[in-house]
Amino acid sequence: MNASPTINVSLIVRLVLLGIVAVLVQITAISQISLLGVSADLTPLIVASVGLLAGSIPGAIMGFGMGLFVDTALVQTLGVDSLLLTGIGYGAGRLHEVRDPSHTLVPIAVGAAATAISQIGFSLIQFLLGVDAPVSWLLLREILFTIAVNTVIALPVYALVRRLVAGALPEDPRRRRARRAASVTGGLSPLSQSASPRRRRRGLRAT
Amino acid sequence: MYDKQVRRRRAILALLVGLSLILLTAFFGESVGGPLKTIQRGMLEVLSPIQDGASRALKPFKDLTNWVGDTFDAKDRASRLEKQRDVLRKQVIGANQAVQENAQLKRMVNLNAKKDLSLSTYKPVTGRVIARSPSLWFTTITVDVGSSDGVHDNQPVLDGSGLVGKVTDVTSDAAVVTLITDHTSGVSSTVQRLNDSGILQTAAGNPNDLLLSFLPPKSAVKVGETVVTSGTKSSRLDSLFPPGIPIGTVTKADPEELNLYQRVHVKPFADLRRLDFVQVLTQPHAQVVASAGAATK
Repeated sequence: MNASPTINVSLIVRLVLLGIVAVLVQITAISQISLLGVSADLTPLIVASVGLLAGSIPGAIMGFGMGLFVDTALVQTLGVDSLLLTGIGYGAGRLHEVRDPSHTLVPIAVGAAATAISQIGFSLIQFLLGVDAPVSWLLLREILFTIAVNTVIALPVYALVRRLVAGALPEDPRRRRARRAASVTGGLSPLSQSASPRRRRRGLRAT
Repeated sequence: MYDKQVRRRRAILALLVGLSLILLTAFFGESVGGPLKTIQRGMLEVLSPIQDGASRALKPFKDLTNWVGDTFDAKDRASRLEKQRDVLRKQVIGANQAVQENAQLKRMVNLNAKKDLSLSTYKPVTGRVIARSPSLWFTTITVDVGSSDGVHDNQPVLDGSGLVGKVTDVTSDAAVVTLITDHTSGVSSTVQRLNDSGILQTAAGNPNDLLLSFLPPKSAVKVGETVVTSGTKSSRLDSLFPPGIPIGTVTKADPEELNLYQRVHVKPFADLRRLDFVQVLTQPHAQVVASAGAATK
């Protein structure tokens, strides 16, 4: 289990800008584009991506901030999106800290899970707040289709977020330890070291 | 060291979750003029020009994506629209005849045709949709017209097809429109042919399914009938909407459901997922005022 990386000013600035631009793009454009009869929802994908890249604390704070911004910009009940996205950011961050999954498909699975939590959670909170609505097949279909659409775009969104924040991410302590250990041993076995092309070239020149 | 990090992480999570719950509780129990809602309105005032700019800048991208999507179902839509056109052509012929008859009848009862009011009487203000709720519940949109354009709370909002919703929050340059699919919405409506009235409410989660409830028990509503706003019927309790604004067509009129719950299902004319421009009727009671004026003369 590794510690969550520390947060620096550059990361904060990038995350704030990313959050603001993402919410504006979401509510002014993406929400009005229909795919399979539903619209994609970038917010859980971005929060989950930040969690996966930067850890649980930045993920949770990003989730809270983006949720609050969405609720404020759309003049809807404050706190609903903050609550859900905080959980999503924290969960994705913990996955990064505990497991540090490196498989390429991890962002897709995490994106799908984040969207499912966001959509189902939002519907549940609406019901808890007293919306008198039947749990219709259509509602379930919409939730499933939104998860499907978000799953398709999860990887590009993750890649974009990684590209935007990668330069500001503090170095992961576990990877730093691994690299230090590799530099001590040369990173390769003694056999392969002796057989490395550079050494062989040097050896040839000496003779 | 590790324990300290774990404690800090958990404390931050607890703080954020606690804050969210406090906001949720405070906002839910707050009155219309409460501090949180005032802050939200202030933020809307700040954000609306940015949203407007972003909406304009991203419109080509939005149109392109929608165009790709539309191309796939264009063929189906074309054949469906051709059928609709044939039906509507017949209706137009019938309607033209009815208009002529109506004019003749009005002349017969000495009604002044010049006082006949159209939509322009309600002083419509056209606004561009600059933001919309991303949730499945399709509850609100934000438009770029506000109190400086004469827009106020509770004014009806239409698009080219029919009723869309009503204004629920206004700043000087923007207004939030709560759609007719919101669970708080209830529109007094009439089945045009029968003149049977009821309340149109949402079946939440589905923007294409509204419920026209509280119809007369023996109502003979049929599928395909047009539903319009009832308008003002009582001098004590004015309806927010002028009479005769088209809302949708009846898509399901199950006799059992009609007997048990006195309700039918209605599909709105307006495509609430794709609203680019809407009109806010800034003087929704103009007709009432005019007819009251005529009555006193």
